[in-house]
Amino acid sequence: MQSLSNRSKLVVNKEMTFMERIYLPAILKGMWTTLKHFFRNVTGKTATLRYPEVKRDFAPVYRGWHVLKRDEQGRENCTACGLCAVACPAEAITMTAAEREKGEEHLYREEKYAAVYEINMLRCIFCGLCEEACPKEAIFLTDRIVPTDYVRQNFVFGKDMLVEGVEPEKRINVKVRQKHVTEKK
Amino acid sequence: MSQYLFLTLALVSVATALLMVLSRNPVHSVLYLIATFFAIAGQYVLLNAQFLAIVHIIVYAGAIMVLFLFVLMLLNLNNATEPQKSNAWKVTGAIASGSLLLVMVGALKGSSAAVAQVAHKADVGLVQNLGRVLFTDFVVPFEIAGILFLAAMVGAVLVGKRDIKL
Amino acid sequence: MSALLLFISAVIIEKTALVLVMFLITLGIAAYSTYGERKVAAFLQDRLGPDRAGPWGILQPLADGAKMFTKEDFIPKDSNKWLFILGPGAFIFVALMTSAVIPWGTYFTGFGLNVDLQVADVNIGILYVMGFVSLGVYGIMIGGWASNNKYSLFGAIRASSQMISYELAMGLSIISVILITGTLSLRGIADGQAGTWLGFIPQWNVFLQPLGFIIFFVCALAETNRAPFDLPECETELVGGYHTEYSAMKLGSFLFAEYINMFISSAVISTVYFGGYNFPGIDPSWLWGLMGPVVIFAKTFFFIFVFMWIRWTLPRFRYDQLMHLGWKSLIPLSILNMLLTGAGILCLG
Repeated sequence: MQSLSNRSKLVVNKEMTFMERIYLPAILKGMWTTLKHFFRNVTGKTATLRYPEVKRDFAPVYRGWHVLKRDEQGRENCTACGLCAVACPAEAITMTAAEREKGEEHLYREEKYAAVYEINMLRCIFCGLCEEACPKEAIFLTDRIVPTDYVRQNFVFGKDMLVEGVEPEKRINVKVRQKHVTEKK
Repeated sequence: MSQYLFLTLALVSVATALLMVLSRNPVHSVLYLIATFFAIAGQYVLLNAQFLAIVHIIVYAGAIMVLFLFVLMLLNLNNATEPQKSNAWKVTGAIASGSLLLVMVGALKGSSAAVAQVAHKADVGLVQNLGRVLFTDFVVPFEIAGILFLAAMVGAVLVGKRDIKL
Repeated sequence: MSALLLFISAVIIEKTALVLVMFLITLGIAAYSTYGERKVAAFLQDRLGPDRAGPWGILQPLADGAKMFTKEDFIPKDSNKWLFILGPGAFIFVALMTSAVIPWGTYFTGFGLNVDLQVADVNIGILYVMGFVSLGVYGIMIGGWASNNKYSLFGAIRASSQMISYELAMGLSIISVILITGTLSLRGIADGQAGTWLGFIPQWNVFLQPLGFIIFFVCALAETNRAPFDLPECETELVGGYHTEYSAMKLGSFLFAEYINMFISSAVISTVYFGGYNFPGIDPSWLWGLMGPVVIFAKTFFFIFVFMWIRWTLPRFRYDQLMHLGWKSLIPLSILNMLLTGAGILCLG
C-alpha cells in the first residue's frame, strides 16, 4: 500500500552497525533530549499551573455545574415542563411538579413550578441538551466545576444546589452561554 | 588492648562457628558463617594484615557466601525437607572430622614459633610487601595457583557448555 | 606517657567528631536526594515536582520522613521475624560504613586545629570500598528471603546475581587505575591527580582511563540498583521487588540506603576518576582547608544528578540483556583495558 503521508518508515530487521551496538551514542542522544527539557523547565517555562492559586481560563462556552435561573424579579424560571428530562441522554434529570399557590407569585414566574428538581451529577455527561430543550431559559450550564465528595448520595443535586440566589451578588452570569444557546435555537 | 580484642574476636569466631554447625536452619548457618569470617578478618587486622583481611571479606563474605545463600534460597531448604541421618553416619562424621583436627593440630604444633616471629613485623601485611614476597620468594607456588585457577575456569566452561564437541 | 594518652584521646575526639559530621551529612544528603530525585524527574518530564511543603517544596523530605515513621510497621505472619528486621538494618549499616575511607579534603586548619578530613586513611582504601559494596547484597538477600514472598525472593535473587556479576567488571576496571597510581589508598589516588597537563587539562584519571571510567560508571549504576539496572525492584514484574513486604521505616531504610549508596558511589567516582578534592586553579587548603570538601562535594552532586538524569532517560534492561552486558561486554572490555594500561605503562615508563 502506498503511503499517503510519506512519513511511514519501512521496518527492516537489519544487523546493527557498530555505533548502534555500543549503545553509547544513542544513550547520549537521549540524555541530550531530556537535558533540554530539564533546562526549559528549570528556567520556568513549565506547562503546569499551580491550581488553587492560579486558575486556567475556561472557554466561554464551558459546560459545568448547572444553574436554575431566576428572572429579574427573583422568580424561578422553571415551570417543570419536563422537556429537559426527556432530552437528557443520560437520564440524569428528574423532577416533581407542583401548582403555584396564592401569595407565591414572587417566588415562581409561571403557575406551575418544580417542587423537586434533581440532577444526578454522576450520571450527567454535561452535553448541554437540557439547556437547548428548555423553552423558558431556566437551566444553563456554567463554568463552575462540580465539587467532589466521598458519598454517592451527595452527587444528586437538588434545588438547593442548583437554583441561584435571589440577591444580586448571588446571581450567576450566563450571558455568554445564553447568547450561544439562543442563537443555536 | 589488643589482647582483649584478640580474646573477644576469638570468642566470637568460635561461638559463631559452633552456632553455624548447630543451627537447624541452613540460612541461619550461612549467616553465622559470615559472622565467623568477620571475626577472622578482625584477627587479620590485629596481625597488621589489612590487605588479607579485606580480601578475605571480599572473597569469602562478599562472593562465596552470597553464592551459598543464593543456592539455599533457590532450593528453599527447611527443617521439614531435611533427611534424618542414621547414627552410623554421625559416628563416621565424628571420626573423619576428629582425624582432620588431629592432622591440623599436628601440623600447627611445629610451626608456632615461626608464626610468632612474622607477626611482630609491623608492615608485613601491607600490599607492597605482600606483592614483593609473592613475586620473589613464592613465585612458583603463586604461578601454580594461577594455573590451577585457569584449569578450574576451563573446567567450569566445559561443564557449562555440556554439548561442546571435543 | 600522659602526653601520649592526651594525644590519643585528642585523636579519638577528632575522629568521633568527623564521623558524626560525616554521618549527619550523609543522612542529610540522602534525605535531600529523594527531594532532588523527584524534582529532577519532574523537570525532565515537564512537570513541577513537589512544591507545596515550604518554599519550592524544600521541606518535603521532612514530611516524607514523618510519614515513614508514623505508618503501620507490618511484619508478615510467616516471615522470619529477626531476619526480616536484620535485612534493612544490615543494608543501611553497610551503606553508611563505606564513607569512612573517602578523603573529603586535605586538612582542616581553622580554630587552631589541624584535622585530617578523612576518617580513616587505610592503605587499602579502594579495596575497603569494594568489600563493603559487595556486602551490600546481604541486606537485600536477607530481607527478600525473610519476607516469605515469591516476588521478594525473586528480587533478592536478581539483586545478588546482578551485584556479583558487576562487581567483577568494577574490580577489573579499578585495577587499571591502581596500575597507574601505584597505590590502593584513596588519599594517594586523589593526591596523584593534582596538577595539570599543558597548563589547562587537569591530571584526572578519567583522561587516562576513559574506557575504565565508563565501565566503572555502568557498574556503579548496577551496584546501586539504579535504572536502567533496577531489575531487583522493578515494579512492572515484581510488584516492589525485594521490599514488597516492607512498610514504614523499614521500607524507609531500604530506600534511604539506596540514596546513601548513590551518594557514596558518586563520591568514589569523583575521587578515583575526577581528582577528588583537586581542581585546576583551586588549592584545597583555601578557607582553612574547607575548599577541598567544597570541590569534592560539587563533583559528587554532579554525579548524583547524572545518576538521576540517566534514571529518568533510559528504559530498564531486560534480565538477559543485563547479564549479557555484564559478562560478555563489560568484563572482556575491562580485561582489555587492563592489558592496554599495562602495555602503556611498560612502554612509556
